[in-house]
This record gives sequence, structure tokens and C-alpha cells, in this order.
Amino acid sequence: MIQPKSMVRWLAMSLIAGVAAVSAAPASAQSTLDTVKKRGKILCGVSPVAPGFSYADDKGVRRGFDVDICRAVSAAIFADPDKVEYVPLNTNVRFQAVQSGEVDILSRQNTWSFTRDASLGLDFGPVVFYDGQGLMAPSKLNVKSAGELADAAICLLPGTTTLQNLEDFFRPRNIKYESVVFENSDEWRNAFFNGRCDAITTDRSDLASVRAIANDPSQYVVLPETISKEPLAPTIRQNDPNWRDILNWSVYALIGAEEKGVTQANVDEFLKSEDPEIQRMLGVNGDFGKMLGLDNKWAYNIVKSVGNYGEVFDRNLGPKTRLGLTRGPNELWTKGGLLYAPPFR
Amino acid sequence: MTTATDMAEAQVEMPLQREPGVERRLLRRTLKPLIGTPVNAVVTLACLWILWLAVKGAWGWLVTRAVTEGGAQACKVGHGACWPFYEAKLRFMIFGVYPYDEHWRVLLAMVLFLGAMAVTMIPRFWSRRLIALWAVTIVATAVLIGGGVRGLPHVPTTQWSGLPLSFLLSAVGLALGFPLGLVLALARSSKLPAIRVIAIVFIEVIRGVPLISILFMASVMLPLFMPSGITVDKLLRAQIAIIIFAAAYIAEAVRGGLQAIPRGQHEAASAMGLHYWQAMRLVVLPQALKIAIPPLVNISIGFFQDTTLVTIIGLLDFLSTVRTAMTDPNWVGIAVLEGYVFAAFVFLVFSYGMGAYSRFLERRLRLGHD
Repeated sequence: MIQPKSMVRWLAMSLIAGVAAVSAAPASAQSTLDTVKKRGKILCGVSPVAPGFSYADDKGVRRGFDVDICRAVSAAIFADPDKVEYVPLNTNVRFQAVQSGEVDILSRQNTWSFTRDASLGLDFGPVVFYDGQGLMAPSKLNVKSAGELADAAICLLPGTTTLQNLEDFFRPRNIKYESVVFENSDEWRNAFFNGRCDAITTDRSDLASVRAIANDPSQYVVLPETISKEPLAPTIRQNDPNWRDILNWSVYALIGAEEKGVTQANVDEFLKSEDPEIQRMLGVNGDFGKMLGLDNKWAYNIVKSVGNYGEVFDRNLGPKTRLGLTRGPNELWTKGGLLYAPPFR
Repeated sequence: MTTATDMAEAQVEMPLQREPGVERRLLRRTLKPLIGTPVNAVVTLACLWILWLAVKGAWGWLVTRAVTEGGAQACKVGHGACWPFYEAKLRFMIFGVYPYDEHWRVLLAMVLFLGAMAVTMIPRFWSRRLIALWAVTIVATAVLIGGGVRGLPHVPTTQWSGLPLSFLLSAVGLALGFPLGLVLALARSSKLPAIRVIAIVFIEVIRGVPLISILFMASVMLPLFMPSGITVDKLLRAQIAIIIFAAAYIAEAVRGGLQAIPRGQHEAASAMGLHYWQAMRLVVLPQALKIAIPPLVNISIGFFQDTTLVTIIGLLDFLSTVRTAMTDPNWVGIAVLEGYVFAAFVFLVFSYGMGAYSRFLERRLRLGHD
């Protein structure tokens, strides 16, 4: 995910990397699960503002795709999705907040990358959303692919990777362009709608929401190229394998439930299912919850209170919302997507 | 302009004396600067025309073209102010993510706080009792907002947001920054080199760094130096950063006032047998602070608006809650102007209030050299 304040962010990253290297990621004496249980709630780091992913509704209640990931973990541990305290974090403080123990899970559209995983003392859970940087242009320009954007003014929001990806894409192709950086997303969007930019670039999920906001969405086309890989995954502290398992399998329970056709509405009927894997997943058979240090009904509680992956996606980002995203790569592997849960056995 | 008006007034001084009617004289005096000379008349007309355009535009947007019914779709089609947006989001914009059913607590706390502020601002109530009033107000406000006692559910500071948070950060920042700033100002003009150097270094270092980096340091660096598992509340960290920052600026404003006091005042106080603290408290500071009122008010207004910077460390101040409201998927891209206009209006009201009070205070303390 691409966010402003690039310089500050860069500074933060180097500081965090430096301190992490010096202190060699202090191992906490107590396991995260014990701390969380004693506290009675999970501390979940989210974006202050990210339409569809983390936002506050009219009553100030946090909702969104990222929020639902934390709610799923809360349901797994407490059998209640609302034992979560949300800590709004900006890009520049998010990883430090995980390291210092300010949050237990960071679920805020973080791209999983090598350096973050290897050098910051962090671990990443399963990818919950496959994103990638794309480009969008007005359809009247008749641009069919990003390669035709020679001498175009491309508007973007600041962030270390946005411009870098653009540069990495155009430089080898010898295409000249002009990048125009906007600090504020409202300005950036309006500049594009008013024709000041020949194209805009950001993550494809954001492009779709910008297009949905336009007065006439048919006037804009998202170009076919995806110029970067942005696998978004929740982030936790390194060195707590149990906590990592809980996060991993909470996400896999969401995906696995969709694979098996288990939904929030019909999960009770599935308790009587003959399928042994469903029986193990929902805690009818076996001691799967105990192995994680949880109740055996953990996955049942997740689906009962949050739904399966497809329901979470549709509720927050899907075609019926104003963001109107299609599943794309975020479809089950059986339907040509990338989502794949290891077996429950 | 002033010279032109003065000249115009000087020219009409004679004929005015001949006319007896007080009202007509008054009317003339008001109108002369506006239409006295052809140039003035043209300038006046041009200003009136611009004013008219502004009023007409604002009225059209707010009232005639406004969308008063329907939801987001109606606003997307319409071209005026989107009142349904305010209806749906007003409480969120003001109170943020504070639990919905507990909003009355923050509201009550704000009323108490502003009430105490209003009482403090009235000169006839200036007495030592104010200290007691503030002690009660601060405790009551803290209990109301934080909860956790007498059946009030506890509300963690991560949920404190919106306008109350902006008030809290700026008011506490200025209230605690003021005494600290005062001490720093006195230390900086002290005759003792060690104290002076410490004060100079402190002030210059803090002033030499933007507030945003101090906030950033407080929120990013501090936790990394803490033992693992111990976290200092994020709000508290930001608050301390703002107090320190305010102190450095207040110190310089007060020092300006101190320097304006002639040496004779110090010497006279010493001659009266007053020691340093007595001289400061009874003679020098009352005069110096009076002189420092305009810069101090300037700092107050500035800090009220600077609290919007805490958004960079993820605290939801008033401007952030407004912007959050605008990015609700139901409203995103529709109510952009509405959100910012509301934020501007609220900031204007409070900043103007502070400015107006400072003008009143200056008049009341007869500050001007007239």
C-alpha cells in the first residue's frame, strides 16, 4: 500500500532497521497469546483511513477488510469478534509499533517483502489480499497499454515504492514520462478527473475505487499492466511461533470455509456435516483448537461471527460496495485465483 | 489608505463644524473614508461587488442549490452543499471513534471545560478560587472521558478522538507549557551562566526542530528505548512533545516582554528592597506579560491548529476525523468540500474567539501607548 510522507517513512525504516539490528529483536518472555488472554483483548494496528480496508462508520465503529482479519483472530481466541482495541497507525510508525509491543497484530495493507521479513524482526501471516500497482487513463486518450504513455503526465501519491515501481517499469522500455506528486489524495483524484493528469498510478484496488467515485466511471480505463507485486499480509513480531500459527490458521479458516462452502448463515448446519475435514475444522472431531492453545470451536467461532473469506471480501470491497472490486487474483485456487488454504488434518 | 482618509477628514473638518445635527455628522464621518474621493468610491464599490459575489456564491451553495434530502447518490448528482452528509457524519466528525453511546460524557466534559474557560476569561472572577475551579474541572473532565469508575465504562486513549482530542492536546499543551516557558524565559535572562546556557540550548534545540519531528521522535524512537513490553501511552507521548514545544515558543514570547521592561524598573524594585522573585512577581512580570499578550495569543491559535499534525503519528484529531468521515465508502469523493468547509468553520470560530478575547484583554489592561 502506498502512503504519503515518504521521507519521514524512509527515515523511520532506516531507524527501525538500525535499532532492530542492534537489539537483535528482543524475545518477549511471555507468549503473546497469554498476554492477550490476560489483557482480555487484542491490540490491532490498522490504517487510520483506508476506504474498504479500515474506516469508521457513522457511529465511529471500525469496519473494513483489514479490521475483519483482527476480528477473526479475536473470535478464534475469545469466541467474540469484538475483543479488539484498534490502534490507528500511519505508515511511518507501523512496524515500530509491532516491534515495541504496542500492537499484537498489524493489519493495515502491508506489502510482504524480503527486506521487511528478513531485517525488521517481523513475521508475516498469509497473504490476505493480492494487489499490485497499476495505471489508469481517461478512455478518450485511447491508450491501450502502459507502453503507449510516452511523454504523459502521470500523477501519483508520495511513497517510496510508487515512484520506484514506475521508474523500474518505464526506464528499461526507454519511455519518457513526467511524474506529478500530490500530497493529498483528494487533490490527486480531482487533478485526474479534471484532466490535469494523462494517467494516475497506485495499487489496483485503489484505482478501482477512484474509478468508482468518478461521475462517469466508463470514461476511465484501468490499463492491463500490473507493474509491481503487492501481496498484503498481516504482520506480527518474530519469535512467537504459536502466535504466528494462530494468525495463519485464522486466515486459513476464512479461506478454508469458503472452499468448503461454509458461510456465516449455514455454519450451524455444517456441524452435522459428514466431511471429516469440515468436522476437524469446526471442532466436531479432533483436538485441533487445543493444539493452537485455543478452544476447539475456534474456527466455528470465526465463521459464525465474521463469515468466510468471500463474505468478508464482498462485505467490504466487493461489487455491491461503492469500491466495487472484483475478486481477480483474490479468488480461490479452484476458481483460478491464488487463495489456497493448507489442509485441516 | 490611512493617509488618504486622514487627509479627506482634514479637508472636511471645516464644513462639518457648521452643521449641527449629530447624526448627520456621524453619518458623514463614516461615509467620508468610503466615498470621500473618487478613488475611495471606486475601491469601496469594488469591495462591495466582491463581497456580493462571495455572499451570493456561499448562499447558493449552502441554501438554494443545497441537497437537503436523500443519500449519497442525491449529493453526487446535486451541485450544492450536501446536508445529508452532515446529518450522517456530524457526530462522528466531532467525537470520532469514541464509543457512540458514551458521547454524552465527552460532550459534558467539553461543556464543563469551556464553561471553566469562560469563567476564567472574565476579569471579575480573577481570584485564587479559580485554581480550585480548575482542579475540579480537570478531575471531572478526566473521569468523564476516561471512565473506569462508578460504573462508567473505561474508554482507552486510542479511542479519544475528534474535537475533544484537539482541545485536550492544545489546552493541556498550553496550560502546562506556559509555566515551563515562563521559567525558561526567566532562566534565559538570568545572570547565572549555567542556567542561562541550559535554557538557551533547550529553547534553541526545540525551536530548531519542526514539531512534526518531535512528535515523530516521541512516537517512534521513545518506545524502542523502553524495556520490552513496557509502552507509554501514545497520546501521553504526543502530549508531552506538544508541552515541550509550546514551552520553547512561549519562553521566547515572554522573553520579548521581559526585554521591553526598562532596566529602571528592576533597579527601582531592588531599591525598594524587593528580592529577585518579589521583583519579578510584583513588578516585572505583570508588565512583561501584558506586553507579551499578542505573541502569546498568536502561539495559542497556532498550537490549536498545529494539533492537526498529530495525525502523522496516528492520533485522530478533529481534522483527521473530518477526513475519515469523507472517506467512508458511502461518501468518498462526494462530500469533499462539505468536510473541509466544516473543518474550516470550526477552526475559524475558535481561532476568532481567541483573537477577539485577546483584543478585549489588551483594551482592558490598557496596553496601547495612547
